[in-house]
Amino acid sequence: MVFEKIQAIIVEELGKEPEEVKLTTNIQEELDADSLDLFQIINEIEDAFDIKIESEDGITTVQDLVTYVEKQKA
Amino acid sequence: MNQHAKITCTSRYVPENAVSNHQLSTMMDTSDEWISSRTGIRSRNIVINENTSDLCIKVAGKLLEKSGIKAQDLDFILVATMTPDYGTPSVACLVQGKISAVNAFAFDISAACSGFVYALSMGEKLIRTGKKLGMIIGGETLSKVLDWNDRSTAVLFGDGAAGVLLEASDEEHFISEKLQSDGQRGKSLTSGYIENQSPFYTGTAESSGYLQMAGRDIYDFSLNDVTNNIREIVEDDVDYLLLHQANKRIIEKISKKLNVPREKFLTNMEHNGNTSAASIPLLLDESVESGVLQLGSKQKIVLTGYGGGLTWGSILMTL
Repeated sequence: MVFEKIQAIIVEELGKEPEEVKLTTNIQEELDADSLDLFQIINEIEDAFDIKIESEDGITTVQDLVTYVEKQKA
Repeated sequence: MNQHAKITCTSRYVPENAVSNHQLSTMMDTSDEWISSRTGIRSRNIVINENTSDLCIKVAGKLLEKSGIKAQDLDFILVATMTPDYGTPSVACLVQGKISAVNAFAFDISAACSGFVYALSMGEKLIRTGKKLGMIIGGETLSKVLDWNDRSTAVLFGDGAAGVLLEASDEEHFISEKLQSDGQRGKSLTSGYIENQSPFYTGTAESSGYLQMAGRDIYDFSLNDVTNNIREIVEDDVDYLLLHQANKRIIEKISKKLNVPREKFLTNMEHNGNTSAASIPLLLDESVESGVLQLGSKQKIVLTGYGGGLTWGSILMTL
């Protein structure tokens, strides 16, 4: 559920196909995103899950985002 | 009598040394494709031996030449800069001295990338309260505060200066404005820290002095605070918006959030990079030169600066 929502946000923000966005995907390297893209994805995730992501440090893969959100929501 | 202010002349000067993305890619690990697709910037001008006052003096000279006014008729000179030659004298005083504007008082305004909007706003008040003629210049040599080993900032900025003449007018041109600051977020963007060299000093340096940005804080600031600021003063029939030229994608996002067509946002960061306080007057003068904007045409424009301080602000005006 969390993954699907995050996947949809990344697909929308980066104009990618859902198949390209897997848990193991490195957002900046494999999806050719830069820091502004990452900031925007984080902002959308914050709004979608009503959480606050204090720092983008340590967020490199889609799994990192899913883990972060699941911890916050737990 | 109600006296209003009007922009009657624009001018600009950028250093001759144009530095392409390709050239930067020979100095650091980056590429033309990477920089231009992410920032919109293809080239910027970087001084070789000039300082901020040299650029501003060129602009002042051109303003006098174009308008035909005499330097001694100037009542004031305001320079917006975050990269002055000295702590004192101000760049404005160096300009005043060089062009012999002996009747003008002169001082700098420090509001980073909002500097020109702040200075124009102050100049407008000076005219409204009785002064007749002033010069407002935004000028920067950001190359001297950049860490040229940091590819995340070095590729973004450029040097340049531009300015306007502000004259008394019977007609009202400045419609509304909103200037804002938030020092609590000030450390999100720092530059020019000077370490205390005194023998009594026991502290440690807070910063290298190079320009540093907390990327995400500044991104959120640009999209949220700046967009809200513009929203408060923009009107439906505005012809063009001249935003500080930081990044093409930020302008695209702001355009979307405001639901204002992208074509109304003029840009020139493609060949100037981010020139801080100089970016808006550079864009203004280039747009006047290309004919997109015409002084005296009554075109309605918004000027919006945003940057270090944090500072941000917009002016709604007719040309």
